[in-house]
Amino acid sequence: MGVEGIGASVVRKEDKRFITGKGRYVDDIKLQGMTYAHFIRSPHAHARVRGIDASAALKMPGVVAVLNGKQIVDDKVGNLICGWAITSKDGSPMKMGAWPAMAPETVRFVGQAVAVVIAESKNLARDAAEAVVVDYEELPAVANVAASIKSGAPQLHPEAPGNQVYDWVIGDENAVNGAFAKAANVVKLDLTNNRLAPNAMEPRSAIADYDAAEEHFTLYTTSQNPHVARLVLSAFYNIAPEHKLRVIAPDVGGGFGSKIYIYPEEMVALWASKRVGRPVKWTGDRTEAFLTDAHGRDHVTHAEMAFDKDNKILGLRVKTYANFGAYMSLFSSSVPTYLYATLLSGQYNIPAIHAEVIGVYTNTTPVDAYRGAGRPEASYLVERMMETAARQLKVDPAELRRRNFITQFPHQTPVIMAYDTGDFHASLDAAMKAIDYAGFAARKAKAKSEGKLRGIGLSCYIEACGIAPSKAVGSLGAGVGLWESAEVRVNPVGTIEILTGSHSHGQGHETTFCQLVADRLGVPISQVSIVHGDTDKVQFGMGTYGSRSAAVGLTAILKAMEKMEAKAKKIAAHALEASEADIVIENGEFKVTGTDKSIALPMVALAAYTAHNLPDGMEPGLKESAFYDPTNFTFPAGAYICEIEVDPSTGKTNFVNFVAADDFGRLINPMIVEGQVHGGLAQGIGQALLEHAVYDANGQPVTASFMDYTMPRADDLPSFKLSHTTTLCPGNPLGIKGCGEAGAIGASAAVINAITDAIGKNNLEMPATPDRVWRTIHAA
Amino acid sequence: MYETNYHRASSVDEAAALFAKGKEAKYLAGGHTLIPVMKQRLAGPSDVIDLARIKELVGIEVAGDTVTVKAATPHYDVAASDAVRKAIPALSSLASQIGDPAVRHRGTIGGSLANNDPAADYPAAAMALGATIKTNKRSIAADDFFKGLFSTALQDGEIITAVSFPVPAKAGYAKFPHPASRFALTGVFVAKAKSGDVRVAVTGASQSGVMRSAAIEAALKANWAASAVDGVSVSSSGLLSDIHGSSDYRANLIKVMAQRAVTAAG
Repeated sequence: MGVEGIGASVVRKEDKRFITGKGRYVDDIKLQGMTYAHFIRSPHAHARVRGIDASAALKMPGVVAVLNGKQIVDDKVGNLICGWAITSKDGSPMKMGAWPAMAPETVRFVGQAVAVVIAESKNLARDAAEAVVVDYEELPAVANVAASIKSGAPQLHPEAPGNQVYDWVIGDENAVNGAFAKAANVVKLDLTNNRLAPNAMEPRSAIADYDAAEEHFTLYTTSQNPHVARLVLSAFYNIAPEHKLRVIAPDVGGGFGSKIYIYPEEMVALWASKRVGRPVKWTGDRTEAFLTDAHGRDHVTHAEMAFDKDNKILGLRVKTYANFGAYMSLFSSSVPTYLYATLLSGQYNIPAIHAEVIGVYTNTTPVDAYRGAGRPEASYLVERMMETAARQLKVDPAELRRRNFITQFPHQTPVIMAYDTGDFHASLDAAMKAIDYAGFAARKAKAKSEGKLRGIGLSCYIEACGIAPSKAVGSLGAGVGLWESAEVRVNPVGTIEILTGSHSHGQGHETTFCQLVADRLGVPISQVSIVHGDTDKVQFGMGTYGSRSAAVGLTAILKAMEKMEAKAKKIAAHALEASEADIVIENGEFKVTGTDKSIALPMVALAAYTAHNLPDGMEPGLKESAFYDPTNFTFPAGAYICEIEVDPSTGKTNFVNFVAADDFGRLINPMIVEGQVHGGLAQGIGQALLEHAVYDANGQPVTASFMDYTMPRADDLPSFKLSHTTTLCPGNPLGIKGCGEAGAIGASAAVINAITDAIGKNNLEMPATPDRVWRTIHAA
Repeated sequence: MYETNYHRASSVDEAAALFAKGKEAKYLAGGHTLIPVMKQRLAGPSDVIDLARIKELVGIEVAGDTVTVKAATPHYDVAASDAVRKAIPALSSLASQIGDPAVRHRGTIGGSLANNDPAADYPAAAMALGATIKTNKRSIAADDFFKGLFSTALQDGEIITAVSFPVPAKAGYAKFPHPASRFALTGVFVAKAKSGDVRVAVTGASQSGVMRSAAIEAALKANWAASAVDGVSVSSSGLLSDIHGSSDYRANLIKVMAQRAVTAAG
């Protein structure tokens, strides 16, 4: 592997620029003649826009334009799309209302833009925005699932009667009914998966620059997938054809899914830039992030699990209401369906599963994929269910899980997924050993003598990453393929540039991707650079989300490397007068195996570009590309165990220990993997204990700042004990499964299982705030 | 932020004169409330008069039975002061629990009291210790100073110059932090004066800002022990209720924090 190859904890190349303040984010970019946009946003959750009077604002100094929703519709800028078609159980397509980039007529959530001021400075734009008078007619609003599905509830979109987007089912209902009919025990569970606000460190930002002479747009934006942004802006929003639109996503400060989507602000900036003939910049503030970045989760679920007399699972029945907010965001429809219900088998042999998912509109911020996206909701349900069942059936929770683990692979679940490999016993054993599970009873007794309630909670999660193959996701309704592309350019002096369609916004690609090259060629990573985030540089790509960059993106790089190496070997063999089959690559040299003859990579590269002495018929140059479409999802899995102590007098939960045993397949850079797990665990624990995006009954956000929305801080979290058990993924040549979301997927159930164990009451919603825990302890 | 005129006053008199000249002037100390509300355009003062660099407003003096903290002294200085720790360890402890290190190096005692945020820590200390708030015009007893949410006895343009705390026989502060803001969800300061008088002040819990708890005071006066609070009934009426703490929960916290404060006081 070498010191910088696969498996080495190489220090991140990109950190020097980040920690010395030299990163280049969208808001750092200033263009000649740039103007600044400030959006005028609805203060109402639901209202009709009767009129917008901008006459006073237009007279103010420095104001370039005030544009509104009617104008953007008149200019035929397309409505926002939802890119995954879901079919209801009655065969009808999902029912969606239109989402214009600015509301021409009706606003449906607090924060939805109705107009934009373009001015010479941000402050002048804000001054002018206060002088714009919007005449709203308030309408009744619905803020949650229960209110939305009530008969006679206020309706959001005429296209979606009853506020229902779809009523979708998966699995064999008859088989599940049969399973329950013969069950010895049935366990029932109601739970809510709380709504979260993603809160990337860098707020969203966009700069649009229209070149009238070339009829060409450049968009600098905070995107996880700049090529998808260009595709959608071109194909659906009528901004410009693809060759007339360049999208650049430079350094991006976190995404967690929230920067997958093409948001109204980017569309408006592009459209406005052409209208005013100058570059337009918009940078959101934290309040705008809370109001307009796509939220995550927000499910209400009833589930039932059937067991036989030996505590083997017979069947699982699930009914979930998913709150989509006021509009269908880009991939929202897939999250509570194909990313959620397909994981309901967890790590267990479940012969029959049936799930019904009803997607509803409410007057709240749109909901879409957020770190884990559907899989945290599934894992939380399954692992809360297993814990509840263990309590009801009076068996040890680890034993109940073990009894039902899948042990034969491949394993076809009743809900589409075919697990390729795994070793669930190994990860649970590792976690139990790490936390001294056997010694827990003694620790609990000791804590009790000190007036504390101690609990332990398990969570054996499985997830699906690198969502693929394209043909399969296409058949399920996806509007895009989910492959990845890469290009390897060996320069004439032997340095290497890797162009990738994956996008790094914190993941460390500039290091890990170089490590693959170092591993294969034996060159130092300083000789390799990663190029990404610019549609003019990289031909195409699907971007970074769903823990796909290593499993899919890096494999595409591998495929391109293999092609490049094959050509380079031909050149080397020709130069060394040897057989191509005898050439091996070691330490940056092409060697004739079994001899001392070799030629260094730079000389091979130079030969490729001088083309003075290439094999007959060979094209000059050393540059290869590849597209890689995986054959299956990958299935990271693991076991998390959390030990906590609750202070009964305040309801405060304190961590005693948190152990994680993950199976991610092959690790490229264990240090970066560790960082990814830490971040994921922080978000999973955050969901369990702290985070909640709350609306009041009228749809007013209650948590639109860090004064009310509890972001996890370092001192809210324990020191994590991480370990790995490894089964290599057979689906890709590197054996990689992906690690980006596991922590966020597996942690929440472990925490809630531990708290409910401590307090001896099973019903406890997230976030388990001290107030809520105290109330639960002392409830009659 | 709206445009404003920034003034850096070099003396209290100059600050007061600048204030009088301004149309809608505001004093700036640590700025932890004023700056955010200005950035959100919820406040738009014509003039901002910075008090934080006025030399006569910074410093701590311990003389006899009195600890005097000048108004623009940052929380960090109070927390780090050996003299304060010796005289009133509870005050030192309270200061060390305000916000985070950045906040403690910038925020000031005068700013905290003048703002009278219902969840701020210092009002509890001032009330329980029976502090005297000194201004450029007069001295005000803590009991007369706090007038409800964000409201005080300060007149327009009046500047707090120092706060004097009588050194108690015993005092303790216990705070349950708000999970998001880290202000006090409920904080209780208990003090037993050298005269034997007991005062208990609660912050974070009440709809009308810092308040005394007569019931807990009576119980502790009878028996200065955490267990003395066991039998006290704290009503949730008039207490704040929000997503982080219902009024019932805050009523419970008042008792629990009072007990912990007594334990801390020794």
